[in-house]
Amino acid sequence: MSAPHDDGQGPDGSPIGLRHLLSTEHLRRDQADALLATAANMEQALTGRAVRKLPTLRGRTVVTLFYENSTRTRVSFEVAGKWMSADTINVSASGSSVGKGESLRDTAATLAAAGADAIVVRHPASGAPHRIAGWLDEVGHSHTDGHVAVVNAGDGTHEHPTQALLDAATLRRRLGPDLDGRRVAIVGDVLHSRVARSNAHLLATLGAEVTLVSPPTLLPPGVEAWPVSITHDLDAHLATGPDAVMMLRVQAERMHGAFFPSAREYAVRFGLSQRRADTLPDHTVVLHPGPAVRGMEIASSVADSDRAAIAEQVTAGVHVRMAVLYHLLAGEDVA
Amino acid sequence: MTGDAAQRSSTRGRSTLIRNVRPYGEDPTDLHVADGRLVDHLDDPDETVDADGLIALPGLVDLHTHLREPGGEEAETIATGSAAAALGGYTAVFAMPNTDPTQDSPVVVEHVWRRGREVGLVDVHPVGAVTVGLGGERLAEMGMMAASAAGVRVFSDDGRCVNDPLVMRRALEYARSLDAVVAQHAEDHRLTVGAQAHEGPVAARLGLTGWPATAEESIVARDAMLAAAAGARLHVCHLSTAGSVEVLRWARASLGARAGDGAERSSTQRRGFVLSAEVTPHHLLLTDTAAEDYDPVHKVNPPLRPEADTRALRRALAEGVVDCVATDHAPHAVEAKDCEWSNARPGMLGLQTALSVVGATMVEGGLLDWRGVARVCSEAPARIAGLPDQGRPIAPGEPANLVLVDPAARWTVRGAGLASIADNTPYEGMELPVSVVHTMLRGRWTVRDGKVGQ
Repeated sequence: MSAPHDDGQGPDGSPIGLRHLLSTEHLRRDQADALLATAANMEQALTGRAVRKLPTLRGRTVVTLFYENSTRTRVSFEVAGKWMSADTINVSASGSSVGKGESLRDTAATLAAAGADAIVVRHPASGAPHRIAGWLDEVGHSHTDGHVAVVNAGDGTHEHPTQALLDAATLRRRLGPDLDGRRVAIVGDVLHSRVARSNAHLLATLGAEVTLVSPPTLLPPGVEAWPVSITHDLDAHLATGPDAVMMLRVQAERMHGAFFPSAREYAVRFGLSQRRADTLPDHTVVLHPGPAVRGMEIASSVADSDRAAIAEQVTAGVHVRMAVLYHLLAGEDVA
Repeated sequence: MTGDAAQRSSTRGRSTLIRNVRPYGEDPTDLHVADGRLVDHLDDPDETVDADGLIALPGLVDLHTHLREPGGEEAETIATGSAAAALGGYTAVFAMPNTDPTQDSPVVVEHVWRRGREVGLVDVHPVGAVTVGLGGERLAEMGMMAASAAGVRVFSDDGRCVNDPLVMRRALEYARSLDAVVAQHAEDHRLTVGAQAHEGPVAARLGLTGWPATAEESIVARDAMLAAAAGARLHVCHLSTAGSVEVLRWARASLGARAGDGAERSSTQRRGFVLSAEVTPHHLLLTDTAAEDYDPVHKVNPPLRPEADTRALRRALAEGVVDCVATDHAPHAVEAKDCEWSNARPGMLGLQTALSVVGATMVEGGLLDWRGVARVCSEAPARIAGLPDQGRPIAPGEPANLVLVDPAARWTVRGAGLASIADNTPYEGMELPVSVVHTMLRGRWTVRDGKVGQ
């Protein structure tokens, strides 16, 4: 089976050459710029409207297929689809034949045959969206001219490309449209984080300098090959005055896997306390993909401060996902 | 294990003249076969086979095969696996015990052995489990399996490591009294929880949990020490890292092991201690980057490693540090592979492609001549397992277990065209050198012109 390509210029792809959005690693600079420009246009187009509804995707069907619980990502995609007049249908592991053990391939084929134009997938297995894209490309579907677009909404510990795009959109709003040379720290559990992978690739593609700040146990062996710098000392790095600090979620189960000694020690060494936040330059933005564990990875006062862009990230998420669905389904360039 | 009376009688009186064949790729000659053995001369052969351009090797011996029967017949049976083995040039295979029920009792190993005889395409030697149900806790009835009709002399929990050092020590000690070898799947399971791919840059990028080289190397080192202390025979399955090769070198030199071929490698031989190791064809040819499309046809345990490891393994095989090639032929039904990477079962087909992969990596790479291929694919594995009638010289008086190969052939691998029920070959669409033309088991053709049967 040939590998699906998210950067190939297919005959039925959009003008920026996007057939699927499976990763940011393979996203080109011009594609990323176009998606972010479209997201900004979407925001403008909706501003001041009494009825937030664009006719763009009328008659198109977007299915969200979630094998993991995620209120915020699913709602964000659903709102994005609805604001562009697409029909959105939600399928979850608990509410469909997924729970009865149907294979991923059969489920994807069923959704495609039932008329989905795009399938937005969240799955605990890294690479699951790649597999779906490969299967669907192999078969082809007549009602969509042979193409069903697949959007990765988070796969295992691999990638979460729309999260990285919304983080970039947020940084561009705060820091200006040019991220070239901007310095971004990504702090915490990189090993298990699909957000970290997607951000590391996308920010590097956009010209930013990324530094990962983690204990060695929460970095994947082989991370040296990523386009990033690495440090284990948060205070030393914050003293260099980064333009943005992105705090990653630490999942409770990691505390039992000998990745670090205790939640207390983690908070002391890698948490963004008020004291640490006070050492940052005024313009430094604090990001968190949410949901945040307040008091551990980030202090409540920091999460609620003006430098935190957590609410803006959520808003940007809708615009970015509108842009992604637009480029995958509408096939015209409004950027 | 030898002296299969039924099969011997079926070959009585039958004689074959093989003309112009090149034993070990050397000068062409005629081979004469009568009553299941090579003989000096035949006056009036029953049949004559023109073998112009073909190379004769002793029938291949695979120490590591999964035939899946009983319990996994949707992927392979002893009949289809035997056909795949014969088509791959094998005259003996060792069937791993991770069947359902497990090959951990005399009844089950005798069943597998008998089915192999009924099929009659290759000698099927069941490997006995080291521990009950491959559970790693209680020793299986090794002595009764050894004394059964199957005559088990190789024990392994393959698929699982005998992780507990005390259980491994006892197994090695106990096996010594049976003149048996313990074949270890070297993987410290505490270091590979959730592991999906070789720990390194590729897995880090793909978000797949890493399988560190140290999980293998630490067990190889530990087991070598345990086997040296016990004066026992240890065989390491599917060696996959450059570091494991270095551990083998060190163990042979410092602990005083004999290699699997019995050759002296140290002046301080310890009584009884024999250390041998195998490498799979896929670890010689394929690398961890194969995971990049997330197609689990490339998922295998131990995982595919970086190119530097494949180079070290090729060199080690050429130098005799690694004794032999074993396929780890692991058929899986389509549902076990046509899914998400992390939900897929590890393993790949190997019997029908092994010799071609050895040809591509070792012969075309200039690392082995055909005598060397005979050594690593036939003679060494037969000696490690203690098979007296396999891996023998091509000479009068010896059993007529032969494979005739066309070294100039090239063929394109198609999973659907292989004899196995499953089609999970990682070489799909790949063009490989060397084809098996004829296979002979005790004077009887099991494969003629690339087809099963006489």
